[in-house]
Amino acid sequence: MMNRNWYSNLGFGSLYLSTFLVVGFIAVILWDLIYKGAPSWNWTFFSEGPQEGMTKGGIFPVIVGTFYVTLISTIASLPLGIGTAIYLQEYAPDNLLTRLIRSSIRNLAGVPSVIFGLFGLVLFVQHMQMGTSLLASGLTLGLLTLPTVVASTEEALRNVPQSYREGALALGATQWEVIWHQVLPAASSGIWTGAMLAISRAAGETAPILFTGVTFYQRFLPQSLFHEFMAMPYHIFILSTQHHAIEIVTPIAYGTALLLLVQILILQMIAFYLRYKQTSTRR
Amino acid sequence: MRDRVNRLMALIIQACALSSVLVLMGIFLMLLINGAMLFKEVSVFDFLTGMTWNPGAFDGPAYGALSLIWSTILVTIGAMLMAIPLGIAMAAFMSEVAPRFWRNLLKPLIELLAGIPSVVLGFIGIELIGPLLQKYLGLSTGFNALNGSILLCLMALPTIISLSEEAIRAVPFSFKEASYGLGAGKWETLIKVTLPACTSGLIASSMLGLGRALGETMTVLMVTGNALQFPHGFYDSVRTLTSTIAIELGEVASGTTHYFALFAVASLLFCLCLIINIAAEAIAAKFRYRQT
Repeated sequence: MMNRNWYSNLGFGSLYLSTFLVVGFIAVILWDLIYKGAPSWNWTFFSEGPQEGMTKGGIFPVIVGTFYVTLISTIASLPLGIGTAIYLQEYAPDNLLTRLIRSSIRNLAGVPSVIFGLFGLVLFVQHMQMGTSLLASGLTLGLLTLPTVVASTEEALRNVPQSYREGALALGATQWEVIWHQVLPAASSGIWTGAMLAISRAAGETAPILFTGVTFYQRFLPQSLFHEFMAMPYHIFILSTQHHAIEIVTPIAYGTALLLLVQILILQMIAFYLRYKQTSTRR
Repeated sequence: MRDRVNRLMALIIQACALSSVLVLMGIFLMLLINGAMLFKEVSVFDFLTGMTWNPGAFDGPAYGALSLIWSTILVTIGAMLMAIPLGIAMAAFMSEVAPRFWRNLLKPLIELLAGIPSVVLGFIGIELIGPLLQKYLGLSTGFNALNGSILLCLMALPTIISLSEEAIRAVPFSFKEASYGLGAGKWETLIKVTLPACTSGLIASSMLGLGRALGETMTVLMVTGNALQFPHGFYDSVRTLTSTIAIELGEVASGTTHYFALFAVASLLFCLCLIINIAAEAIAAKFRYRQT
């Protein structure tokens, strides 16, 4: 009996230890980013471009570049992803095609991001002749985030009670009117949750934009969709691995990493709140 | 009019749904067509078993991907050795041990970890983990396979934890009641009843985590040193399939043998990920079937 107790305590101890290790690791990462990143946050950091070979100045054009490319990717992925989810949830008969679509989305979610970069390079940059540009990068990121949008929209649509649809259909609405006037409004917070997650994913990805349009330094903001741009993830990458004076630029890299983290934290908090709101209104 | 809108929208929606199939097929074809061009000049056997990868050599460039494949496998195995026990243990903790309050606190934390961009983790690897490894293991540099494995473990953990937790929670409560009824303790019930009942779910979640680690680019690119050599252990510098693509594609002219070689590398990576995902899906489907 004594032995069994000892064994059980050891077992549960290991579960506690594992959790402690993972949580501790996350805490160390967050603390390191905040502790070393926060001191470089000041007005110049946000309002000015990099100066003197990136050793001074701020990251204003970098923030703008990330904003643009994320905006384009969202514009591309939201309609496509929401459309796919509507099809799967509202129209799809249970046949081979539907299973193929479902399986494609699941596998698309597992495709490495660097392969999306290759696809973007071949399709958008070369074949559609967009060149290395904001547009090509944005569309590549849009394809990357498609599975995220589809998954959360589908879940949101699934949570809309069947009675909403039946009630509207009984009043003579067409299927599209049911979807447009009843189902989508009822699912809107769930759909926005997905959008937030997709945005936070797109803003942090580096590999897909590596060959499709990001550049490490540009004197001016991108003037059109066909210009190259600077982006926060790539800026961190360059400052921490490719720069000639890594020690000097490390604070700027930390500041950028912290900004990226804070942005993702905010987006996730909005997503969390929307999900909470959705589940609480349903009951 | 209403009827026409209805029919038109049905068509548009259907077209949207087909887009993801087209994208996946497009990626597959793009990799296949460009990758196949390499095998006009290099045999498949040489590509898969050649030890030297040196596309830039003036006297006969070499396209042997074996060291890249082995590097990828080494880093991924290291990551999985850490991530699978940690992830399943934490999932078990969250679903079986932790009070509701802690569970509600841990879940968003795991989601936050999932949301941290790979480049930020790579940066942490350079600034924090690398110097620590260098100092405490007495190495000449902290940029090696071990560093990459640690970061990949962090990247795979959220997938493994959240899917394993789902699998563990799906085990019917009656299983546990029966076990307790027979006089088993909490720990015995967890190890001998609950976890065995959801083994396939745990395997599926681990495999999806594996797929995530295998295809990760930026973290390994930043912290593994990227030396072109055949690695002999975790303290060696490695160059994975993904980092090779990221490093070399930027400086290679489109249409050259080197360019096609990178697509062949990508095809290999794509096939590995696809196989792992499909297998995980099949195992998970079996798991769902058993539940009902």
